[in-house]
Amino acid sequence: MNESIGSPLQIAGILIGVILTAAWLIWVERRMIGIWQDRLGPNRVGPLGLGQVIADMIKIFFKDDWIPPFADKAVFVIAPVIIMVTMLTAFVVVPFAPGIGIIDFNFGLLYFLALSSLAVYSAVLAGYASNNKYALLGALRAAAQTVSYEVFMGLSLMGVVMLSGSFNLREIVEAQRDGWFCISQFFGLLVFLIAAVAESHRSPLDLPEAEQELIAGFHTEYSGMKFGMFFVGEYLGVTLSSAMIVTLFFGGWLGPVLPPLVWFCLKTTIGILFFVLLRAALPRPRYDQLMMFGWKVMLPIALVNLVATGGVALWLES
Amino acid sequence: MNIAAVITSQFRSLWTVLQHTFTKADTVEYPEEMPALFPRYRGRIVLTRDPDGVERCVACNLCAVACPVDCIALQKAEDEHGRWYPEFFRINFSRCIMCGFCEEACPTYSIQLTPDFEMCEYDRQNMVYEKEDLLIDGTGKYHDYNFYRVSGKSIGGKDKGEAENEGEPIDIKSLLP
Repeated sequence: MNESIGSPLQIAGILIGVILTAAWLIWVERRMIGIWQDRLGPNRVGPLGLGQVIADMIKIFFKDDWIPPFADKAVFVIAPVIIMVTMLTAFVVVPFAPGIGIIDFNFGLLYFLALSSLAVYSAVLAGYASNNKYALLGALRAAAQTVSYEVFMGLSLMGVVMLSGSFNLREIVEAQRDGWFCISQFFGLLVFLIAAVAESHRSPLDLPEAEQELIAGFHTEYSGMKFGMFFVGEYLGVTLSSAMIVTLFFGGWLGPVLPPLVWFCLKTTIGILFFVLLRAALPRPRYDQLMMFGWKVMLPIALVNLVATGGVALWLES
Repeated sequence: MNIAAVITSQFRSLWTVLQHTFTKADTVEYPEEMPALFPRYRGRIVLTRDPDGVERCVACNLCAVACPVDCIALQKAEDEHGRWYPEFFRINFSRCIMCGFCEEACPTYSIQLTPDFEMCEYDRQNMVYEKEDLLIDGTGKYHDYNFYRVSGKSIGGKDKGEAENEGEPIDIKSLLP
């Protein structure tokens, strides 16, 4: 039952809402990190500094759209488009509320995993096309990081699939009526959270673009709106990850009194703020530490969680 | 054991940072809210006058020598009483680093730094202050000090031995007490 449930108006609303959210996250992040570091953050443009994003956008649109002469032009141009496209198309399956969404896929979860791993092409191609040492190093790191963390990102979600018996995101949400999966799948949540941070290249796992080591990593050579697309793509990734964490582990739109959509947005906001808090608080690990942590700690936890969940599920059934 | 410590420290730092949601920001929002500056703050440089209203500077050049960025330029001149004064006195504030060495070097408390830093200009040439821009009417931080009244230097109207707290000069070539 791959049915489309969104009217064109709804689709446009979701698209605009998601892009605006991602753009304003720039302000949210700078403001929240400011608060947590006992500063104020941007507060000059408009009320509370909310107009900062508009000012930034105007600036970035009028910048010289420069392509380095040594770059591979076609690939260089297409790389930032990929991250925007994959992140936006992944939002197709996000179940905002009953009846609100774009498409209801039976394989929604797999679709999300596939598109979130496609996003790595953006980083790899950008680093390759830039023809720059630092960009290439960033791209290599992005590739290695994604390959490692992709493995248990999928495995950590299989516990959820076992408990709900479906890959359909709406059915997964409905399966959490009598208890959110963040309790029964606590380790799954932990592993997925860390993998999601790594997938969206967010600090503390932002090794592909580590400023202190690699200038800006894979997008070193980018400027103007192409850089802006990487930037917004990253925030789209954060929004998407938060939405998926809420859907899979925190009962999606479920909640008392308030309407479902409000519950979903509220929980997603808290998820996004947690991502920002992670960036404000934690230092970046070394590259080999990241790899070791992924393969020697996260993967075993994901596997043990998978086996244990399967055992308990079978035991409860018999 | 080590791993447990590592993991708890991550959560502890998350919690510590989260608690800062409720602490007040240290930022002083400058143009609206002026920061409190102390009298000995090192800002714009002035040339002061002594209590009689005569300029204190004796054009000794010590400030220009002490200046690490060579932003002070002056020329000595002498009036009819034999008193030294600067013919011109120029400070290039686009070079000045407000280190205060000139103030420390000054033997007459003439050059002084003030608690004022709002001296932006659109034209770089306007950052060069001439003597008439630098000279103020007051005594600055030292109200009673007058160099020529306490120093042994003889000028017109005040010979050697006539300064405050000063005895008659001793004739070292004489044996008489």
